[in-house]
Amino acid sequence: MSPSDSAAPVRPPAARLDVENLSLQFGGVKALDGIDLHVEPGSITALIGPNGAGKTSAFNAISGFYRPKTGTVKLDGVDITQVPARDRAKLGLARTFQNIALFRGMTVLDNIKLGRHAHLTSGVFGAFLYWGRTRREEMELRAEIERDVIDFLELDHIRNVPVAILPYGLQKKVELARALAMRPRILMLDEPVAGMNREETEDMARAILDVRDEWGVTVLLVEHDMGMVMDISDHVCVLNFGRRIAAGSPTEVRNDPDVIKAYLGGSGDPRKAALDGAAMGEVA
Amino acid sequence: MRVGTAKQSYAADEGLFKTDTQKVWFGLLLAALVLFPLNGSSYWMFLAVLVMINVISTTGLNILTGYTGQVSLGHAAFMAVGAYTVAFFDGRFGTPVLLNLVLAGAVAAGIGYLVGLPSLRIKGLYLAIATLAAAVILGFIFLNWTPVTGGLRGLNVPTATIAGIELATPDRLYWLVMPITVVMVLAAKNLFRTRVGRAFIAIRDRDISAEIIGISLFKYKLMSFAISSFYAGVAGGLWAYLFRVVTPESFPALASIFFLAAVIVGGAGTIVGGIFGAVFMTLIPEFLKLSATALVPWFPDASIYLAPVRNIIFGLLIIGFLIFEPMGLAEMWRRTRRYFALWPFRT
Repeated sequence: MSPSDSAAPVRPPAARLDVENLSLQFGGVKALDGIDLHVEPGSITALIGPNGAGKTSAFNAISGFYRPKTGTVKLDGVDITQVPARDRAKLGLARTFQNIALFRGMTVLDNIKLGRHAHLTSGVFGAFLYWGRTRREEMELRAEIERDVIDFLELDHIRNVPVAILPYGLQKKVELARALAMRPRILMLDEPVAGMNREETEDMARAILDVRDEWGVTVLLVEHDMGMVMDISDHVCVLNFGRRIAAGSPTEVRNDPDVIKAYLGGSGDPRKAALDGAAMGEVA
Repeated sequence: MRVGTAKQSYAADEGLFKTDTQKVWFGLLLAALVLFPLNGSSYWMFLAVLVMINVISTTGLNILTGYTGQVSLGHAAFMAVGAYTVAFFDGRFGTPVLLNLVLAGAVAAGIGYLVGLPSLRIKGLYLAIATLAAAVILGFIFLNWTPVTGGLRGLNVPTATIAGIELATPDRLYWLVMPITVVMVLAAKNLFRTRVGRAFIAIRDRDISAEIIGISLFKYKLMSFAISSFYAGVAGGLWAYLFRVVTPESFPALASIFFLAAVIVGGAGTIVGGIFGAVFMTLIPEFLKLSATALVPWFPDASIYLAPVRNIIFGLLIIGFLIFEPMGLAEMWRRTRRYFALWPFRT
C-alpha cells in the first residue's frame, strides 16, 4: 500500500515545558522535593538519577497522574498543573511507560489509531452507522497514520499483528508510534530502551533523533542507559533522593562532582573515569 | 487456497467485509434467514425468534463485558426493563410497535447508565456484585410498583401490530425480529471499527493508558453500560411481544448468568462469538430434549430419566468449553476458516 498523497504531515510547533518547585509526597516519603526543570522547545532533555531518585514520580506528576503537593507545571507558559491527565493529551503532551502500557488485545494499527482518540470527534450514533462524517474521519485517520507514523517508524509489516505476540523491542516502538499519533508537542519517554540489546537501543535512539528532527517535537526522557543519554541529549537533569543535584549539558553533568558521588558513592578519579568510559562507550 | 488479500485502498482494508468470500457468505446467510420460514414448523419459528432475541441481548452484554471488560450480572434485569416498557406503553397507550421498542431500549439505556455509575470506582468481581444488587433492586421495583408494573401478576402485552398486520404468531413475528437482529448486530460490528469501539477495548485492556491518551473513563464506561442496556432493552421488548405477558418472574437472576455464559462460551470480545454463544445456549437444551424424545421408541421412560440428565450434560458442555476452548466458539470458527483459507496445505 502506498501513501495516498505526499502532503506534509501536520507538525504542531514544539512546546516548552517549565516545571517549578515541584514537590510530591506519599505519606512521610518525600518523592520529589522542589524540583525545577526547564525543557527548551525542540530539545532532547534527559532526566537521570539512581534508582528511587524520583524520575518516574516526576514523570507521573508532569503527565498528571499524581497531583503534586506544591509547584507548577507549565506548557508554553500556561499553567497545566490542575488539568486532568486525559485532557493533557489534547494539549500535546504524550508519554510512554516504563513497563509497556499498550492495549495487548488489539493490533498494532488499532493501538496507534487510539493515540489520535482525543483529536477525533465522531460519536456513538455515527459509529453504529459507519457512514458520513465518521467514515470520512476514520479514512483520513488511517491514511494519515500510515503516512506519518507507520511508514516513518517502519512498522508496516506488523500493522495487523496483535501487540501481545510482538517481541519487546517492537512493543516499545509501537508505544512510541502511539505517542506520535497523539500529534505531540512534547513527547515524554519513560525508559525507552530499558531491557533492550545494543542493536535495539541504537534503533530506538535513531528513532528518537528522527522524531525530534522530522517532527520538531520536544523530547523529555528518563533513561538508565548512560551511553544513550549522553549521546543524544542536549540537556541532562540529574535527580537524587527527590532533589535536583545537577543540570546542564552532558559534558557538564558528567564532570559534576555531586553526580559522580550519587552514582558511584565516592569522588575518586578512577571512578569518574569509569563513568566517563560508560558514557562514551556506547554510540547510538 | 487464498494466498493473500491485496487491496487498492484504505477504504477496502477498513471494510466491514474484507474479502469477496466474506461478502458471498454473508449474502448466503441473509438468504438463509429469508428462506428459513419455508420450513413451516411453528416450533422452529418460535425457536428462531427466541434465538434472535438472545443474540441481540448477548451482543449487548458482549459490548459491555467482552469488549469493555465490565462484568455485569444484571443484564436480564435490563431486558426486563425493556419488556415492561413495551408492555406499559403498548398496553396503556397503544403506541406503535417500533416506537415502543425504541422506548424500551432508551429506558433500559437510561437505567443502565445509572447502574454503571459504580463502575467508575470498582472493577471486576466487586462490580459484578454491584450490578447484581442493582438487578435485585429492579426486581423489587417490578414486584411492588403495582400501578405501572402490575405487581405480582405482571402485565399482559397486546399483539404487536404493524400497518394493520397482527404479528400474533412466531411465524409473523420473525419478520419483525429478524431484520432488527441483523441491523443491531451489524451496528455493533461497525461500532468497533471506530474511535468509540476502540476506546471501549482500550479501557478493557489497560485503563491507565486509556486515560493518558485522552479517553474519558467516565464517559466511555457509562456509554458502554448504556449501549449494552439498550440492546438488552430492545431484546426484552421483543421478548414481551413473543411471550405476551411480563411478570417479575420472567427474567430471574439466572437469566443474567445465562447471557454471561453465552458471551464466554461464544467468545468474549468478538461479535460473531456473541451470536454463536446465544445460538448454542438457546438450542443445546432443545437439542438435548429432542434427542431424549427420539429415544422413546426404544426406552419408553427415556424422557423421565433423561430430563435431569439433560441439565447435567448442558452444564458439562459449558465446563468443557471453558477448559478446552477458553476463547470460545469464535476461536474454533477462526481456526476452521484459517484451515480452509490454506487448504489443501496445512500449517
